[in-house]
Amino acid sequence: MFIINCPYCGEREQSEFKAGGEAHIVRPKQPTELSDDEWAEYLFMRKNIKGIQFERWNHTHGCRKWFNMVRDTSNDEIKAVYKMGEKPPVD
Amino acid sequence: MTKNLRLKTGKAIDETYRISFKFNGSTYYGFKGDTLASALLANDIHLIGRSFKYHRPRGIMTAGSEEPNAIVQLHNDSSRTEPNVRATEIEIYEGLEASSQNCWPSVNFDIGGINNLLSPLLPAGFYYKTFMWPASFWEKYEYFIRRSAGLGKSPTKPDPDIYEHKYIHCDVLIIGAGISGIMAAKIAAKNGLKTLLVEEKPNLGGSTIYQNSDHFKINNQNSGSWLEKEINEIKKLKNLEIKTRTSVAAFHGYNFLLARENLTDHLPMNQRNDKTRHKLLKIRAKKVITATGSIERPMIFDNNDRPGILLSSAIKKFADYFGVACGEKNILFTNNDSAYETAISLIQKGINIEAIIDNREEVNSKLIYEVEKNNIKIFKGYTVANTFGYKRINKISIMQLSKDGQKVVGPKIILSCDCLGVSGGWTPAVHLFTQSGGKLKFREDDQVFLPNIYPSDQLSIGACNGDFTLDEILRNTPKSLIKYLKIKNTDYDNLEVSSSTNKSKRNIWLLPSDKILGKTKSFVDYQNDATAKDIKLALREGFRSIEHVKRYTTTGMGTDQGKLGNMHALGIVSETAGAKMGELGTTTFRPPYTPLTFGTIVGRNVGEYFDIFRKTPIHDWHIDHKAEFENVGQWKRAWYYPKENENMHDAVQRESKAAREGAGILDASTLGKIDIQGTDASEFLNRIYTNAWSKLAVGKCRYGLMLNEDGMVYDDGVTTRLDENHYIMTTTTGGAANVMGKLEDYLQTEWPELDVYLTSVTDHFATVSVCGPNSKKIVSQVIPDLDLSDENFPHMSFKNAKIGNINCRVMRISFTGEHSYEINIQANYGKSVWEKCMEAGKDYNITPYGTETMHLLRAEKGFIIVGQDTDATMTPIDLQMDWIVSKKKYDFIGKRSLYRSDTIKENRKQLVGLLTDDPNEVLEEGAQIVADINKSPIEMLGHVTSSYYSPNLKKSIALGVVRGGKNMMGQKLIIPMEKKNINVIVADPVFLDKENKRLNA
Repeated sequence: MFIINCPYCGEREQSEFKAGGEAHIVRPKQPTELSDDEWAEYLFMRKNIKGIQFERWNHTHGCRKWFNMVRDTSNDEIKAVYKMGEKPPVD
Repeated sequence: MTKNLRLKTGKAIDETYRISFKFNGSTYYGFKGDTLASALLANDIHLIGRSFKYHRPRGIMTAGSEEPNAIVQLHNDSSRTEPNVRATEIEIYEGLEASSQNCWPSVNFDIGGINNLLSPLLPAGFYYKTFMWPASFWEKYEYFIRRSAGLGKSPTKPDPDIYEHKYIHCDVLIIGAGISGIMAAKIAAKNGLKTLLVEEKPNLGGSTIYQNSDHFKINNQNSGSWLEKEINEIKKLKNLEIKTRTSVAAFHGYNFLLARENLTDHLPMNQRNDKTRHKLLKIRAKKVITATGSIERPMIFDNNDRPGILLSSAIKKFADYFGVACGEKNILFTNNDSAYETAISLIQKGINIEAIIDNREEVNSKLIYEVEKNNIKIFKGYTVANTFGYKRINKISIMQLSKDGQKVVGPKIILSCDCLGVSGGWTPAVHLFTQSGGKLKFREDDQVFLPNIYPSDQLSIGACNGDFTLDEILRNTPKSLIKYLKIKNTDYDNLEVSSSTNKSKRNIWLLPSDKILGKTKSFVDYQNDATAKDIKLALREGFRSIEHVKRYTTTGMGTDQGKLGNMHALGIVSETAGAKMGELGTTTFRPPYTPLTFGTIVGRNVGEYFDIFRKTPIHDWHIDHKAEFENVGQWKRAWYYPKENENMHDAVQRESKAAREGAGILDASTLGKIDIQGTDASEFLNRIYTNAWSKLAVGKCRYGLMLNEDGMVYDDGVTTRLDENHYIMTTTTGGAANVMGKLEDYLQTEWPELDVYLTSVTDHFATVSVCGPNSKKIVSQVIPDLDLSDENFPHMSFKNAKIGNINCRVMRISFTGEHSYEINIQANYGKSVWEKCMEAGKDYNITPYGTETMHLLRAEKGFIIVGQDTDATMTPIDLQMDWIVSKKKYDFIGKRSLYRSDTIKENRKQLVGLLTDDPNEVLEEGAQIVADINKSPIEMLGHVTSSYYSPNLKKSIALGVVRGGKNMMGQKLIIPMEKKNINVIVADPVFLDKENKRLNA
């Protein structure tokens, strides 16, 4: 079970959080102008990689804030956490 | 007459405290400090149980948690009885009752023993191969196979004991209190770290504590005495907490560990009352030091499983620690120096040793020299070829090994014995390390897997890290701790150590015999009866991955997880397949390290505490009025209120009629309520609901449908505009938390620019819903100041009001199709408002109704229930609710998905009404709907989602989803049931009052 460093609350047990899938997928501003394929790309297509993955997490049983996490899925190492709207760390 | 094999001294034994216990119905005696195993051995009992597959007699093999054979059924009563308890771990107490498992009628005469004679017919994969054909017979075979499977009996009554969970946070957790664990604990605690030391056994000190040989000295004292002083010292350390009888079950990522602390299993039954039996410790440690030691390896030879065959180290422990001789004619069989330590202990205690068989040809060490000095015959370069004796070993045959160790040569020598100690070297206990995600490396010298890459802040020390000699442990432990804890020095940096062990070893995974392999029974996994032959068969049949060999032969899949034999299985696979051990890898070690009881896992979460439930403020009234309850999400909702002899059907029919003819009252407090405020509140609602909200006037209510981004219906409810920038949204009872989460998600991540604030207020308000033609009269009595005229307070509007001094919000909204009001009031006044309504409605036949009647009433009106009539594959168009989807709005959640190629298909499943030909025939919810019964295969068009007998329409009504149902109005369809086919006609889902006249009645 991870210890997650919530950007608002600090280190907390994983059981306080909920994972919210891949990060940095922006809802299209003009959905009506997208083709079925383009919309499907936004709606359904998600990466599932072994290695460095960018994820959304929510501190559901805490401050209820959403934030982003960089996690290595091969060993569960959390490389970084950062607030919504912030740019992902480069390294 | 049984023999007494108790010696004069035993470190753990209190000879002034005699304890009686029962095994298989007979009474025996032991002493305080004994385990069941040591007490039985003292009574010369080796035969403990029968093996799983062949029902071979089995005895005690070890003195610890790795025991595969000596597992017993503990307690006789049907609530506390517990199977698979290791006799080597259970400490005896007054009143203990244990019995053998897997044998009938008795362990001495077991009918199942016939499987041993049939064993040529029961190879690995026997069940897979035999019961495959014909496929349809599996159910018949299964009945018999299941009956013969499994060890021991489960309790049949609830567990009366108390269990607890506890969180522990520490700087350093040390697992294992052998010599290296003790040293680590002292070093860590003395450096100011909050330290927890856990040990699975009742005592500290591991195997060193009973080491009293002059061959192992620390600072000129024998190692046992030295360690005892250290233990006395660490017990005084303030930073150190020590927990014995505490077994670490699981080592998860991020140094999260689960351990079971056993608090009462060693106490006499009459001292256990009201005490917690086990505690599940949830430990989060900044650093973990694993000092779990090592497990001695058996050796794989023909008939290596007989009662009386033990690990050599176990014989030593029984003698030194428990003061018990395992036999009177002992033989030791070894490939390394460890067995000579045992020999020296036995010599010291005056226990007879017949001979030592050492498969090494040339060996020299101080230990061997001392044994030879005592005139004990050592057969060097020999192996045990076979053993004899059905229920107890009585002789062995030995033969010389060829130079390459692959064959036996020369004449066979027969030696008689009543106990054989085997030592095949040592296996580091790396189970917990690998559970945590650690990667192993293989050390060729002594054929062991060792910790290599640590996945978290942890360290392995001592024997579990491959340091097997006293010298190595004492030199390496302080060194690695200085580095790991970043400290300058330790108390142990300048110890004087003398340790006599010679590290030479002749490792042969499968020892040769004069018989061909097919005729031997060389057990690799004792508990699951997997032999060397089975492993080779698996390889011949094409299995290559060690994980597959494991599953096919069941090696390592018993309750002991193959702690003894897994390495041999790997070794045999490696030799046979010509693969290197290091490349082969190991099978996966999984939690728990030793079995946990279910009680430990669930802790206090039993009975009414199994899952939390939520009660409305009016709950007690429902109880007082004999309501039956149904679970909706975590809520307990009143389901129906039976009177006298009424069953559910009767009650629901009465309640439904009353609600339409007089008045009904419903506790709607469980509906989710979200308070929405902010200058962008209207815009926000526009984006999350399918319909338009900007033009909703203050004081008005509107029904809304919420979709997922994929266009499927997610939730629904009425939202009221309380003020210009203030709304109150209601959600379904079960969906409230998810809706809140989803709205927060969009606000925080997609539209952070919107000025909107959400607050969950579900628990803050009680909601009393009064409906029916008399509802107006009733509410006017409860709230006399409120003008209820249609002009002032029309349907779908809201008023602030007061009941006494208390503010309340009244909405005129309806889920039943009747004229109705919902009174929302601060939760703690809920019950009193409910009672006021009941009082006011006395003359109007006001009838409390539950969720079942609510469902029936709304079905009469064709209103959907999200989650019952929808299942995350229904769009609003599928529900024939096109009217609620705004054509004007540019965007809302799910809009784009409503015209994907798939969602615009004409023949999607669509919600329709269903009327049976026979008005008294009520359909089963979930029943399949078809058009043509004669077509094969029958095409399934959909299913029934809601079905009731309507007392108001005096006929059966149903809702269902049907492929292309929208265009099937009036068409006949068939519901095929087990005994008959039911004819139905597709109808408008609104069955009652299509013109909505009753809303204003």
